[in-house]
Amino acid sequence: MPTRRASIPATKYPVERFTLDNGLRVVLTPDRSAPVIGVAVVYDVGIRSEPEGRTGFAHLFEHLMFQGSENLEKLAHFRHVQGAGGTFNGSTHLDYTDYFETLPSNALERALFLEADRMRGPRLTEENLRNQVDVVKEEIRVNVLNRPYGGFPWLTLPPVMFDTFPNAHDGYGSFDDLESATVADAADFFRRYYASGNAVLAVSGDIDVTEATALIERHFGDVPARPAPQRPDFAEPDLTAERRHSYTDRLAPLPAVAGAWRVPDPVTDFAGYLPYVVLAEVLTDGDASRLVERLVQRDRTVTSLGGYLGFMGDPFDVRDPTALLLQAHLPPGGDVDKVLRTVDEELDRLATDGLTEGELARTQARMATHLLRDTDAVLGRALRMAVLEQQRGEPGLLNELPRLVGEVTEEQVRAAAATLRPQRRASIEVIAGGAR
Amino acid sequence: MTATAETATRPLPPLGPNRRLKLPKQAERTLDNGLTVIAVRRPAVPLVELRLWMPFGRAHLARGAMLAQTMLAGTAELTANQIAAELQKVGGGLSAGVDPDRLMLSGAGLVTGLDRMLEILADVLTGATYPGDWVETERDRLVDRIQVAQSQPAHLARTALLKRIYGRHPYAVQTPEPDQVRAVRPPVLRKLHSERVHPAGAVLVLVGDVQPERALDAAERALAGWGGDGHSADLPPAPPLEPGPLLLVDRPGSVQSSLRLALPAVPRTHPDHAALQLANLVFGGYFSSRWVENIREDKGYTYGPHSLVEHSVAGSVLVAGAEVATEVTAPALLETMYELGRLAALPPKPEELEQARQYALGTLQLGMSTQAGLASLTSAYAGNGLRLDFLAEHAARLAKATVDDVAEVAARYLAPARAVTVVLGDAERVAEPLAALTAVRTESA
Repeated sequence: MPTRRASIPATKYPVERFTLDNGLRVVLTPDRSAPVIGVAVVYDVGIRSEPEGRTGFAHLFEHLMFQGSENLEKLAHFRHVQGAGGTFNGSTHLDYTDYFETLPSNALERALFLEADRMRGPRLTEENLRNQVDVVKEEIRVNVLNRPYGGFPWLTLPPVMFDTFPNAHDGYGSFDDLESATVADAADFFRRYYASGNAVLAVSGDIDVTEATALIERHFGDVPARPAPQRPDFAEPDLTAERRHSYTDRLAPLPAVAGAWRVPDPVTDFAGYLPYVVLAEVLTDGDASRLVERLVQRDRTVTSLGGYLGFMGDPFDVRDPTALLLQAHLPPGGDVDKVLRTVDEELDRLATDGLTEGELARTQARMATHLLRDTDAVLGRALRMAVLEQQRGEPGLLNELPRLVGEVTEEQVRAAAATLRPQRRASIEVIAGGAR
Repeated sequence: MTATAETATRPLPPLGPNRRLKLPKQAERTLDNGLTVIAVRRPAVPLVELRLWMPFGRAHLARGAMLAQTMLAGTAELTANQIAAELQKVGGGLSAGVDPDRLMLSGAGLVTGLDRMLEILADVLTGATYPGDWVETERDRLVDRIQVAQSQPAHLARTALLKRIYGRHPYAVQTPEPDQVRAVRPPVLRKLHSERVHPAGAVLVLVGDVQPERALDAAERALAGWGGDGHSADLPPAPPLEPGPLLLVDRPGSVQSSLRLALPAVPRTHPDHAALQLANLVFGGYFSSRWVENIREDKGYTYGPHSLVEHSVAGSVLVAGAEVATEVTAPALLETMYELGRLAALPPKPEELEQARQYALGTLQLGMSTQAGLASLTSAYAGNGLRLDFLAEHAARLAKATVDDVAEVAARYLAPARAVTVVLGDAERVAEPLAALTAVRTESA
């Protein structure tokens, strides 16, 4: 059967951008196919910006943004969103923190009001702070301390790969640091980072652009203007010698390993970065991918496998420095060294012999499906476009991604594979302390 | 109004008029072989979602799990890698999963690849070969996965709860033992496939950028040749809950306790269902509920408490769960019983009901607004004998439920006296405080 390249379709979501006088950047992307909207506010501050001695503070502060604001009592935000038929959340990333709602479109003005109100100022009280420190500690217990593989590898690999505090520290935070946090710290963090000039608002879905623009002016126009702080340089040099650490996880029944290699700057060298995004999928997406075929099916040295860009799996919303990661769980008694050696061998083979016929095209077609599927959710569009605006000034890139991924060539993928050498690799091994 | 008052308080903007629930364009056909196909149009992105629901009640647990694990491992035409690669070519993918009700094949791909995806689906349904080397590999992988699951508190708590609720019913055990998995060989998989993977009673759902009638034609072309008259098996009705002492499952050294409460519930079509859904929301079914506001936002005992009515073919149950710090296990249970009791004994406030109602109606709209959401909803409904038009009926019931209706169902279904309670945690530290509140029976994990 001749290999025929599936033609890669694109979305045509319209994009409107403007900036309010107070520096707030706005992205609107209307789509009237369903009576729902997504509203996202993204602040240009994340885990990398938290001060030493205050690990976990960016995330703790995210919780405090839900505890009441200028005109809203504690609990009011939740009740107003859900009482309008919507859902909400927030999340803290390495380079940004997002706050978002998805609602029936008759709640547009209410959602804008809620976001504007906390942009003017959250209610930072001792009682709310202590309550949310307790809640965050339970979050860390659920996600890290009380389960096997907690924090693997997103919290356990960065300290192997990086040397500076912003890149290496635990973004969930130590209990000591969380308990030491004060209301004054929070007020200071808000003043510095939660400035109108440091934020992007995106609204997607069932909106009329003129009407939405007027509502945004009405609610955000008088948020006091504060400029964005200077973003520090978080750059670190690439590794020149392999780094390898291990630790015992007392709950883990199977060994596991994750390895990471630095990749080109995702923002300033997007063309150089994209081949790595494709490479991760060539290596690990599905039963027909190279590493699954070799490690899971042929050698049986690995029981599950994943490959992706960014410590939080965020290929298009992270800045430099970042990495391509591979992670694997091994069968009982599995040999991590052997797995790493085989990965090196497969990368070599890919760099030397290239791809098989149709291998790249089918991987790209599958990636297009994933990208399109993510944008089908109205909130996914608002969040993605807000971050693309914040980090690149280019929210419309969302429409272009399937095509750009499809234009990556075999030569580029081979060249990318050739850079993933053992001496540039940082890896972390989980020793199965809970093996029976 | 004075100028000061104006700057001090900004009023909350009112909501615009509610948008009417609008059902998407759809078509349905039952093929000669008994397969029902439902196609739904949502053209937002150029993709198609696929869900094939096959009744699978009473299937052997380990064999069923292994069948799902190896169904896509090869046919007479294609090897496992070729199946995966051929699907990838059209941006597609398929995966198989089982639960005590059904076997499900699901996936998504570029809409231009629909015919090819259906062709491969048909090949798998009519000719999966269960090759020996793959079965061997996947057997080991499944055992590994079960071991990882068994090290997770959420899984252990769920396992203990199901056993406690369902006793001898097939729902009681949903994860096979490693030894049972190790005993599975290709011939029994081929036999199970020929007995249970057949079109009668199965429902295929296609949702996306399709013309519904044409999607039905495509499905008919590809799947008309799928036959087989294997047997089906009816599940007995789930037994009623039998309250008793709190079951404490010991997990030494646990830094949190997993608290689970099961309460009676009714199927989607029952006249009490809408009011029960609203009562559950007021209690603990969303963030702005009494339980979450109490044990998270007031007391800080937990991160994500949740309460949900779970629907299965043989019965429905309401399950409330929270992971709480070990030292506040008993206080968290006390607050939980208090909130259940308060709702069972006293009517909710009208504004609490309105807020829950808006949430229930709004999230119906949100759930329908993506291809994937619409596909999963259509498939879950169809597996339980319902169609999308039930949404409109359900929305009307939600809109009509009164404070009295909700108070009445809360008294009947949410009464703490009717709860089955399981706690997984460090017995040495939590048994005594829990025993101060209720009778406790302790087991090891």
